[in-house]
This record gives sequence, C-alpha cells and structure tokens, in this order.
Amino acid sequence: MELHDVWFVLIAVLWIGYFFLEGFDFGVGILTKLLARDRTERRVLINTIGPVWDGNEVWLLTAGGATFAAFPEWYATLFSGFYLPLLIILVCLIVRGVAFEYRAKRPEEKWQTNWEHAIFWTSLIPALLWGVAFGNIVRGVKIDKNFEYVGNFWDLLNPYAILGGLVTLTLFTFHGAVFTALKTVGDIRMRARKMALTLGLVAAVLALGFLIWTQVDHGDGWSLIAMIVAVVALVGAIGTIKIGREGWSFALSGITITAAVAMLFLSLFPNVMPSSLDPAWSLTVSNASSSPYTLKIMTWCAGIATPLVLLYQSWTYWVFRKRIGTHHIADAAH
Amino acid sequence: MDLALAPETLARWQFGITTVYHFLFVPLTISLAALTAGLQTAWVRTEKEKYLRATKFWGKLFLINIAMGVVTGIVQEFQFGMNWSDYSRFVGDIFGAPLAFEALIAFFFESTFIGLWIFGWDKLPKKIHLACIWMVSIGTILSAYFILAANSWMQHPVGYKYNKANGRAELTDFWHVLTQNTALTQAFHTLSASFLTGGAFMVGIAAFHLARKKHIPTMRSSLRLGLITVVIAGLLTAISGDQLGKVMFKQQPMKMAAAEALWDGQNSAPFSIFAYGDVSKGHNTVELSIPGILSFLADDNFHSYVPGINDTNKAEQEKYGPGDYRPIIPVTFWAFRWMIGFGMASFAIGLLGLWLTRKKFMLPQAMRTGDDEVPNLVLFKNKALSPKFTKLYWIVALWTVGFPLIANSWGWIFTEMGRQPWVVYGVLQTRDAVSPSVSQGEVITSMTVFTLLYAVLAVIEVKLLVKYIKAGPPELTDDDLHPPTKIGGDRDADKPMAFSY
Repeated sequence: MELHDVWFVLIAVLWIGYFFLEGFDFGVGILTKLLARDRTERRVLINTIGPVWDGNEVWLLTAGGATFAAFPEWYATLFSGFYLPLLIILVCLIVRGVAFEYRAKRPEEKWQTNWEHAIFWTSLIPALLWGVAFGNIVRGVKIDKNFEYVGNFWDLLNPYAILGGLVTLTLFTFHGAVFTALKTVGDIRMRARKMALTLGLVAAVLALGFLIWTQVDHGDGWSLIAMIVAVVALVGAIGTIKIGREGWSFALSGITITAAVAMLFLSLFPNVMPSSLDPAWSLTVSNASSSPYTLKIMTWCAGIATPLVLLYQSWTYWVFRKRIGTHHIADAAH
Repeated sequence: MDLALAPETLARWQFGITTVYHFLFVPLTISLAALTAGLQTAWVRTEKEKYLRATKFWGKLFLINIAMGVVTGIVQEFQFGMNWSDYSRFVGDIFGAPLAFEALIAFFFESTFIGLWIFGWDKLPKKIHLACIWMVSIGTILSAYFILAANSWMQHPVGYKYNKANGRAELTDFWHVLTQNTALTQAFHTLSASFLTGGAFMVGIAAFHLARKKHIPTMRSSLRLGLITVVIAGLLTAISGDQLGKVMFKQQPMKMAAAEALWDGQNSAPFSIFAYGDVSKGHNTVELSIPGILSFLADDNFHSYVPGINDTNKAEQEKYGPGDYRPIIPVTFWAFRWMIGFGMASFAIGLLGLWLTRKKFMLPQAMRTGDDEVPNLVLFKNKALSPKFTKLYWIVALWTVGFPLIANSWGWIFTEMGRQPWVVYGVLQTRDAVSPSVSQGEVITSMTVFTLLYAVLAVIEVKLLVKYIKAGPPELTDDDLHPPTKIGGDRDADKPMAFSY
C-alpha cells in the first residue's frame, strides 16, 4: 500500500467523520421545523448540538485542507468544477454558523424565529447537496485531458446524483432524530422516536435504491460488503429505535453512514474523480496526489493529531452527556 | 475580454473582499481570546467579582466576533480551489500542507474547546473551564502561525523544487517553510498587531463606560489591561514591522521601492511622510520626507543604496523575461502609509492613556481614586486633566477602536498587492493561477453573493456588538460565583440551565 492509498483512506475517514457528526447536527437543524412545536422545544433541539456542531464542522475543513495537500489535482478539479453547488453550500454554512451563535443574542421573538428559519434551510440544503456532489463524483463527470471540468451546473443534476442527495438528506434527518431521542427527555423524546421510525423507513427505501444502483454500476466485492453492512445497520437502527434502545440505534445509524460513505469511496478507488468523457482522463490516487515527501509529513501529522482529536472530541460528548428537556429552559429565556 | 471583468480581475477582487473582511475578525479573535483567558485567570486566582464580570463581558464580545471569523474562514479555504485552481494544482504539494496542519492541529482545538467553554460554565470545575479558554487561545495563535507560514511561502518561496515532469512545485523541506525568517517575522508582526487591535478595542469600550461612570470596577481594570496591551503590542508591532521591512527589502526589493514610490534608486533614500501629486508617474509636487530613513528601514544604515522601481523592473525583466513587474504604485504607496499611520496613532493614544492613568508611586495620595471611582486622568504630578480634556480623551479612545482595524487591512493590501504580478514571488504569476474552467458569470455570481451576504452580516454583527457593549457586564448569579466541583456538573439535574444558544 503506497502513501497515496493511505491518504485516500484518510480522506475517506475524514468525510465519514464529517457525515457521521455533522450528519446528525444537520438532522437536528431540519427537525427544528419537523419535530419541535414551539420556541422552547426548538431551543432544546438546538441546545442538544450546541456544544458540538462547531467541532463537527471542522471535519469538513480538515477534509478540504487534506485534499488540497494530499491530492491537489483532485481539490482543484472538484472545487472549480462544482463551483455553484459549493457556493450554495458555503453560503449555507456561513449563515448556519451565525444563526446558531446569534439566535439567542436578542430576546425578540421575530429575531429568533428568523434565525430558526435560517437554521432549517441551511441544514437542509447542504444535507441534500453533499449527496448530489458525491453521487456525481462516483458517477463520473465531464473532465477533459487537462483535468478541467468541462460540464455545466445542470450536468450535475442527474437522477443518480439527485437520488444520492435524497439519501443523504433523509439519512441525516433520521440520524438527527435518533440523536434527539438519545439526548432529550419527556414528550419531545417520545415524538423524536416516532418520527425517527418514519424517517428511517423512508431513508431505507431510498438508500437501498441508491446503494444497489451504485453497486451495479461501479461496485466490486468490497463495496458489496460495505453495502450489506450499511443496509443491515440501517435495519438494525430502525428496529432498535422502535423498541426504545436509543443508544444502540444511534450507534447503528452512525454505522450506516460510515458503511455507505465507505462504499462510495470503495467504488471510486483507485479513481478519485472519474472522467465520463474518457477513462484515461480520470483523476486517480496516483496522478492526483502530492509528492511522497509531502504525503510522508502529512502522515506523521495525521498520525499524531487524529487520535488526539478523537480523544478530546469524545471527551466533549462525555461532558455534555446528560439529557436535556423543556424544563431546563428558564421561563425568561428562549 | 474587457479587462475590468476579466476572470483574473474578478477573482482578485473576490479574494481581496473576502480576505479583508475575514481579517477584520481574526485579529480581534486572537487577542480577545487571550485577554479573556487572562481575565478569567485573574478571577480564578483572586476570586474578585470584577474579573468574572469582565470575563463574561469580553467573552461575549469575543464570541460574537469569533462566530464571524470562523464562518468567513471557511470561504478562504475553499476559494483556492474554486477561483484559483491552477494555483492549487501548481503549489498544492507545498501550500496545502500548512493548511492541513492548521485544520488538524489548530481548528479542531479551537472549535472543540470553544464549545466546552460556552456551554461548560455549569458543567466544568473552574480550573478545567479556565483551561478550555486557554486552549482556544492557543488554537487561534497556532492557526495564525500556519496560515502565515503558508502566506510567507508565497512571498518568499523556499524549501521546494520545480518538477519539470509534472510541471509543479514540490516540497523538499517543510521545516524550512515553517521556520524561514519571512514566516517568523510575519507571524511576529501579525500577532503583535492583533494584540494592538484587541487592546485598542478594550480601551475604547472601557473609555465609553467610564465616560458615563458605569460599571466602574470592571471597566477600570479593563482600561488598564487594554492600555498595557496596546503599549506593549504597539512596541512589538513597530519592532517586528521594522524587521519585516528588512526581510522584504532583501526578498522583494520591488515591494520596498513601491511602498515609497521610489522610482530611481538612490543612496540615503528618504522616507516620504506625505506626498501629493501623481505618485504613479514619478515624484511629487508636494512632499514631506525625511532623508535616509528609507535606507535605514531597508538596511539598518542611513546611507545604503535602495534600488528604485525602474531599476528593479529592469532587473526582473532580465531575470524572468519580458513583462511589467510593477505593482500598482499608488495603492502600495498609500497602503503602506495608512498601515503605519493608523498603527502608530493607536500606539500613541495608548501610551498617552497609560501615562494619564498612572497611579502607583507616581502620584500623590490625593490624586488617586478608589476601585469604584472613575480614575483621574493626570497630566503631571498634582495636575489633573480638566473635565473637557478628560472627556476628549474618552472620545478619542473610543474612536481609536477602528484605527488598528484600518491599519491591519491596509497592511494586508500592501503585502498582497505589493507582490503583484506574482502570486508566488518569482515563481508563478497571478494571471496563471486562476481557474480556467470557471466562467465569468460564475465569478460574478459568487462575488455578488459574498459581498451582499457579508454586508448584511456586517450590519447584524455591528448592531449586536453595540447592543452588548452598551448593556455592559452582566450581573452575576449565585451559580456564576460557585461553579461545579466535578466534571459534568453536580447541580440539581432538573433546574434551568444557563444556556448560551
């Protein structure tokens, strides 16, 4: 296994970390409209992710930075090629971050509901668009011999990629509902369970279609295993939330996301961004990667930093492990 | 294509707008994190309530500010790939590494511990909670360092070789990239300027409250802390700026000549304080300059020869082939002056403030004031400033809040525009760095979106800051004064929590 293969795996791990973690906080953001009935409940939902969403988002920044450093050609083609969708995602992430931080900074109801609308939409749109983006990456896009993207915005909106988007959207919302059930008490917890069940079933149908499609068009033996794990875990997550085992369900919905993303990367390998025009123009782990020296330094850095990050991020989750509910919100504050 | 709308021009404008905007928040974030951490340390050590109140007050302003810094930073990272894909392809092997290091080492640190700090007041014992804000502070400084190392490589590329086979620059010595003198002096200069910014921010807001005789104990301490910060940071900024000038003179002679609009090289080159006329066409109609100072700034010697714009342009043409290697002279000329002028002015006002509010051993007992009184501003021993001048000082101090921000922005504009037409000095020109696959329409769209969004957010941010500044430090509750003694909190599980969101 060469270093650029190691980095392919590491990039996959960073994206898995991102979708696992920000997946549920996107989901909770979406549930502020689907599940919460009033401002107090919306605040409970937002507070379940309050201490952690910022740390979750860093997984994306790291995935971006690591792609830049380890696969500059991939980074350049992807980010210049998917220009408009990325612009939309960036705008969402900007507004979303500000919305969380500023929502409670003024007491007026109007101010807060405006930010709540923002939280809903800026969680929903990226949750959808990331799936569309990854669908396109796996499917292959119009890349010419200079590794330049020569398609346009509408080329990205094909049925396979849109299905991918719906899968991430529903899967993240399900993941968020399970997280909500795990983190709250009282009425909101019961409703979160119920909603998780519905969302889980919808996600399961969509995911099954998307994963089979992926397997048929791009898969191999390894991706088939990942697909089976994803499907089994998803069924398990739905089953366990039904019987009220929220911790198990959350672990399983996390495994679903992990396995599904792993499957996408497995179907991609050794390409990182296939060309739909000519396979010879595809970006691969070897023609898109940095020099061995850069990869070596980065490997050292990642080898030391990643375990530390996991350690202190886990600690955060442990510090804020208690469930919260509407009675924790003081009457005066919303 | 019309030059004004050429993709390169648009991409440069977009980079300029998003970067200058991002950099309004970065220096405040860096300094306020450390200053808040310092105040919280003072509280943990002395248990004086005024320090806790100050921690909460400055901490809140810090949070409002960092929120914007973080979200606008995401744009910066993605923009290289979006608008500058040929740059990314050419230098990713080198430039990507410090960015990835920044994310892995600094961002995770900063963002994880900031969550713990915001929500941890009721969950963490006081020393662990204090450690969290220090972690945030360390994260912000590390982050600045990695970014500045990356930028310094663009100013002065080292530790790489050009690989002919795949047509890109490749890293050969990462340690050299991280520790070259450009990186060290730039980090020194930028970090000290950041503390100047935060110090001036603190002084101005404390002055605002003291002028109204409100929240006196907290604001007195904040005023002194801010003034001391301004003076120390101001000195360090000047020293590091001088060092940076010398480094720049050796590495980028064109930038030094452009800073001074020095068209032809000369010995004992003067530093012009003010010039009127067309600086883009040669020297000026009205000019106030001090001979020898530019030579001194460049080379530590009042008599050294400093090459001018024309000489350097000729030398670079010989070295890199035909072309125009001059940046836009009026921009560099004025940016350099505004950076120094506004920076120096903040330092001077801080120094004056420190002198006016001095107390221990220097003033007779009668002139000193208690902790809960507005300090006397004392010009000389036994000679207090008249109410009119006292009021004037508070007003000036408040206005000074904006000075370092202006200086910072012009500093970056100078650094980046003074290097043009190069994006990586001597290696890659800006026109060869843009994304070939991105259309004019796409760049116009994104630039419009970012500019409008940033404008709206600026209004929201400033209004929020003003609201919280006016409200002053919060009243303390019993919970504030008695933090939990074990991790996870040992409070009654069902009582309302002091949440931030």
